[in-house]
Amino acid sequence: MLKVRVIPCMLFNGFHLVKTVAFGQMRTIGNPVQTARIYNKRNVDELIFIDITASQDQRPPMFDVIRDIFKECFMPLSVGGGIHAITTVDRLMKIGADKIIINSEAIRNPDFVTQVAKKYGSQSVVVSIDAKKQGKAHWVCTERGEENTGMVAEEWAKKVAKLGAGEIFLNSIDRDGTMQGYDLDLISKVGKTVSIPVIACGGAGSSSQVVEAVKSGEAAAVSLASLFHYTQTTPDNVKAALHEAGVPVRLT
Amino acid sequence: MMVVIIDYNMGNVASVEKAFKALDVAAVVSHNKSDIEEAQYLVLPGVGAFGDGIKNLQALDLVDILHKKVVEDGVPFLGICLGMQLIAEVGYEFGAHKGLGWVAGEVAKLESKKLHLPHVGWNDVTVVKDDILFKDITDKNFYFVHSYFLNCVNASIVSATCEYGQRFAAAIRQDNIFATQFHPEKSQGSGLRLLQNFLSSRDYA
Repeated sequence: MLKVRVIPCMLFNGFHLVKTVAFGQMRTIGNPVQTARIYNKRNVDELIFIDITASQDQRPPMFDVIRDIFKECFMPLSVGGGIHAITTVDRLMKIGADKIIINSEAIRNPDFVTQVAKKYGSQSVVVSIDAKKQGKAHWVCTERGEENTGMVAEEWAKKVAKLGAGEIFLNSIDRDGTMQGYDLDLISKVGKTVSIPVIACGGAGSSSQVVEAVKSGEAAAVSLASLFHYTQTTPDNVKAALHEAGVPVRLT
Repeated sequence: MMVVIIDYNMGNVASVEKAFKALDVAAVVSHNKSDIEEAQYLVLPGVGAFGDGIKNLQALDLVDILHKKVVEDGVPFLGICLGMQLIAEVGYEFGAHKGLGWVAGEVAKLESKKLHLPHVGWNDVTVVKDDILFKDITDKNFYFVHSYFLNCVNASIVSATCEYGQRFAAAIRQDNIFATQFHPEKSQGSGLRLLQNFLSSRDYA
């Protein structure tokens, strides 16, 4: 049976691994290459690496750092941040990325999603959606959460799936770094709208909250950072909890 | 030990090269005939469409030399993902395309019913025939990314199956020809072990 994936999320600011709260304040976590090495040793299902300041700083992704991270990984690696041109995608793919995460460029130029999907297949294209709750609606935001695009999350998700995205990396800006639990409403709203897998991210503070995201939010995969950075909980602990709850996971 | 990973512009060869490096095996990524001629082990990786894969092998004029090395000389061969599919007689991705024809069968689309395609992620395989490839591998979860599969005429060459909407061949072995639909190079310890097992297949031939 296909397994529900538990994916540690690594955020990078051009210098260090960091962790944000509600996309704001950044706390330094450590060295990305060492962290990737530890996650590989822990036999995780997959890894996500996002250079969160690349687009804002108008610089390309840090190819050297990504190459070093890749060397440590014997599992699929998704890379995002600062990807605005097909030449950047080509370079990352050549280094060894398995999937490319596109965010702001998909909003600015939706055809870019199709362009990458045509060249590398939909399974290589992840579109990242940053959503903020206002009233009952979840709005897609850009510029690190500063700007509301005026689109609701589920509509945008439907559109990017049509454009050729193979997966959606769904972030709750409100829950990011709070460890208060996932935004289940957001996850299930988007999950019900699209048939491609949704990776839920933002808010995990305990194994039981991860179980909720899968059980009631119906996430195909969960991504998390703070729980692994700040507590004793490991990816294996989370997977053991999922397994207990009857969710198919890859137990190691 | 000379391992040649065939580079025919069909996706992630860097991962396969790195996996062999992790096993302390010097693998060469190449499409030069002189390298292929000297190879003791041949690996055909690949992600992409069947037609493109065959077209690229033809454009590099590799079809005949691969046939000679693998089918006539019996050099151990491992096809991964698209590399498994290309050894079939025919593929039906974006129209019918003739394959390398080393194993009897065709490449067909998964009947996923309500499940998503492509089939992406970790799935467990069932070893149906004892094979060197799966020796000492306890965790049989492997990483898959595909929409098509190799439908073998001869079921006895199937060494492992996987279930996704339907049961399909996850790994096959026909004499010196090994192939996996999953990606051992992305499957952590189990995958590395499988590659190591492949490299010991000469001793068990």
